[in-house]
Amino acid sequence: MLSIAGVGLSSRLILGTGGASSLAVLERAILASGTELVTVALRRVESSEHGLLEMLGRLGVRLLPNTAGCYTAHDAVRTARMAREAFETDWVKLEVIGDERTLLPDGVELVRAAETLVDEGFVVLPYTSDDPVLAKRLADLGCAAVMPAGAPIGSGMGIANPSYIRLIREAVACPVILDAGIGTASDAVLAMELGCDGVLLASAVTRAADPASMALAMRHAVVAGRLAAEAGRIERRSYAVASTSDSGLVTWT
Amino acid sequence: MISVVVNQVERVFEGERLDALLGELSLPPKGIAVAVNGEVVRRVDWASRRLADGDVVDVLTAAQGG
Repeated sequence: MLSIAGVGLSSRLILGTGGASSLAVLERAILASGTELVTVALRRVESSEHGLLEMLGRLGVRLLPNTAGCYTAHDAVRTARMAREAFETDWVKLEVIGDERTLLPDGVELVRAAETLVDEGFVVLPYTSDDPVLAKRLADLGCAAVMPAGAPIGSGMGIANPSYIRLIREAVACPVILDAGIGTASDAVLAMELGCDGVLLASAVTRAADPASMALAMRHAVVAGRLAAEAGRIERRSYAVASTSDSGLVTWT
Repeated sequence: MISVVVNQVERVFEGERLDALLGELSLPPKGIAVAVNGEVVRRVDWASRRLADGDVVDVLTAAQGG
């Protein structure tokens, strides 16, 4: 079971709700994914879709508000405070973007915002880069988890730097959730095999040709990767090691 | 009568308090957060919060997002 800030989640998959073509498609994907935690954004009322909160409430999933679209600590902190008021949760997926083209995080602003929000009692889950030092800084200042990007948001490139994800897992004691970059099920499996405690993804499911089927694939992928990580894989070798014993082998004359 | 900016649109408001202004907008019953001049005003304070000419009011709610 994944435990974040003392809350147990039986699914290690966190689903982002962005990118779905309709609420009905999103609902089927959430159900197929088995997730218990979904992200939501905060936008002006006139530009947001009615019925999203009702649907999520009906499914009984916990909300993880994000600060998507914020480029400064100042804006992210204000958005988080608004989210706490709107959704009655202290949890926040903290995003402070540093670059429009890659949507990669701005580490300096991220640390600044995380410090403020931790002080204000938020359960802070920062979307961070794959830098193990930055991840450790965020964990040390009291973040409830760290969420490194595998690759840029929505890129579907998978995990660009697997060894750094492994280093992050070694560097911090809090949960590590691979966030962003996942394209298909094998990427989610790899994240879990590298030692991640969970995977957060949106586009890989919501923009798939068949979102509900991809959600089901991701559900199994996260379980498979976790089991494999715990089971302990065999060593890689250059040459074969026979799995069938030679003992009792018949010699034909 | 005062003029306020609600979600970037200027609006003439005949009342005084935030809850009256919000009552004029058609808002979903739950999942709303309101800021005046960038600072969150908690739901319990909507009725007591007095608005002034030129105040900037933002009304936000849930949207799909990763």
